[in-house]
Amino acid sequence: MRAHAHIGRWLGLGGLSAVLLFGCRPSPSGPDGAAEPIRVGEFASMTGKEAAFGQSSHKGTLLAIEEINAAGGVLGRPLHLITEDNQSKPGESATVVRKLISRERVVAVLGEVASGRSLEAAPICQQSRIPMISPSSTNPKVTEMGDCIFRVCFLDSFQGAALARFARQTLQSTRVAILSDAAAPYSVGLAAFFRERFLAGAGQVVAEQKYSSGDKDFKAQLTAIRAAQPEAIFVPGYYTEVGLIALQARQLGISVPLFGGDGWEAPELIQIAGTALEGNYYSTHFAPEVESTVAQNFVQKFTAKYGAAPDAIAALGYDSALLLADAIRRAGAAEGAPLRDAIASTRDFSGASGLTTIDPQRNARKSAVMITIRDGRFCYVQTITPEEALRNEPSPGP
Amino acid sequence: MTEFLQQLLNGLSLGAVYALIALGYTMVYGVLRFINFAHSDVFMVGAFAGYYLNRWMPSDSMAGGLAILAGSMAFCALLGVVIERLAYRPLRRRSRLNVLITAIGVSLLLEYTGQFLFGAAPKPFPQLFPVRTFQFAGGLIVSTNQLAVLVLTPLLLAALHFIVLKTRFGTAMRAISFHPVAATLVGINLDRVISFTFALGSALAAAGGILYSLNYQSIDPLMGVLPGLKAFVAAVVGGIGNIPGAALGGLLLGIIETFVNGSRWSTATDAIAFALLILILLFRPAGLLGKLEVEKV
Repeated sequence: MRAHAHIGRWLGLGGLSAVLLFGCRPSPSGPDGAAEPIRVGEFASMTGKEAAFGQSSHKGTLLAIEEINAAGGVLGRPLHLITEDNQSKPGESATVVRKLISRERVVAVLGEVASGRSLEAAPICQQSRIPMISPSSTNPKVTEMGDCIFRVCFLDSFQGAALARFARQTLQSTRVAILSDAAAPYSVGLAAFFRERFLAGAGQVVAEQKYSSGDKDFKAQLTAIRAAQPEAIFVPGYYTEVGLIALQARQLGISVPLFGGDGWEAPELIQIAGTALEGNYYSTHFAPEVESTVAQNFVQKFTAKYGAAPDAIAALGYDSALLLADAIRRAGAAEGAPLRDAIASTRDFSGASGLTTIDPQRNARKSAVMITIRDGRFCYVQTITPEEALRNEPSPGP
Repeated sequence: MTEFLQQLLNGLSLGAVYALIALGYTMVYGVLRFINFAHSDVFMVGAFAGYYLNRWMPSDSMAGGLAILAGSMAFCALLGVVIERLAYRPLRRRSRLNVLITAIGVSLLLEYTGQFLFGAAPKPFPQLFPVRTFQFAGGLIVSTNQLAVLVLTPLLLAALHFIVLKTRFGTAMRAISFHPVAATLVGINLDRVISFTFALGSALAAAGGILYSLNYQSIDPLMGVLPGLKAFVAAVVGGIGNIPGAALGGLLLGIIETFVNGSRWSTATDAIAFALLILILLFRPAGLLGKLEVEKV
């Protein structure tokens, strides 16, 4: 009898885990239409630590796909978006992208926001020669993975330069401390580019401290930074940690401004940091205040659909899908080499985040906007163009 | 000097939390000779219990905060008893390895049930007590939350010390840890004492969870993994099965970690902290306060 009770219990547990494991199968493909849909894959951090990024990006992408389909699709065929969640976890992106390619037979892959996760998926897309378009991974290494990997956002080399100019010109700081995430390629890269430019502009990095994604205690690093008496602190991390860093910095009596990159941009940043980030700054790709017809059209549609204004990540998600549709249209085919070549030859494509031209390194050249946090809201401050960002340093020697 | 004192304070308040978790590992080990890997997730449940209790009856007074702390400790004590009753007791007579694997299973079950129920995104943890910060000459800053950790941890430790050394249940716990069979022969109810041990350890983990969240202000279902691992190491370094040893190990680990984090080698924090601990174990294999026991064959 006891043995039976045990078996029953284990079966019960097994049933539970079966539900947990298989509870969220992807829904079967679209309705039976006349034209066969074009299958587009998307991988995003829909849950987990950076869920705000995945959710935002996905909302933008979905809006673009719906718009395209409402207008009759591409080449007379609707687009069918298949979204996979990597739970913000390392290792998961490779698995879900492999699944998108081999099982879902997608013609192209859209994703990710975090550079680390794009870097995981890129080799798999490259190997299968499926074009991958990253909406907002800014680390240079992402597109260096191969000739099928593209992006529609600026690079950290530019973002670092723009932030160095901002720190020097607008914040009027010459002494800056850097607190970066040693476990995120995005943060490591951005910190390095910033340092290079800031030093070239006769600035001084007075302290450099590191943490790892997922850390919650930053007091040790911040205490060391406080002792170095910087005029501003550069925090090129993601919002979860940045929010806690801001809180703990204020608790330690650090009152100098903090500033960072596009990894800050999520409503959760304010939820976590409360008022600790009032009057501080970050750079990003897009602000709803930007006045262009495409951008305003996007802001209006996005707000109507989701009840909140879009952020930069949403705008780039939107642009990645539109750019793909545009390339399919120009290629006249939804697969293989023609599609890749069409994406590579994109010139002055007009999207929500501005004009996108894909360069020979498969990157996009774009401006950055600076945002400040005022009364718990993100407010546009200024735009920094690539030309301006490179101007700040005294001309380098021969 | 200020920097040194500030880091010491940071280290002590982190170490105190490790100590609270380490006690749970060490008590269960002392009585049952196995590592309860689900303990780190009871720590997480403690923090979430505090979060939801606060939503239910928002608190910003001292009494309200303590009530939430007590509520969360009670909830986790119950959870500890239930885990032991359902997952470990049926396996008590089996090989110790079976229980160990089951503990890992329970740990994963708690983590992913947590993700399912609470969502994987980190939540900001509310301030349960009125917050004030005190600034001393030279720039040393102490917040009431750090003080809460530094005051409540010794109080809880003293209470535990009293329970283990002065009460009948404590005596029974010690008897079982010396010789379980002999203890049952003299009429000690093994099941009740083991349930009590789990309740006690889990309540301390819940207190640790709340104090940790008060200071770092963000909670998520996987938040227990790293502090749990470190507290486990602290328990081993202090001498597993030894209660003051666990507290000492926790404080030591917290302080080492903080000082390395504040230095130029912050990327290698865990590597350096754990290398030091390995060094300690090389010279004192039974841990700082543990006694080496010869396994009787």
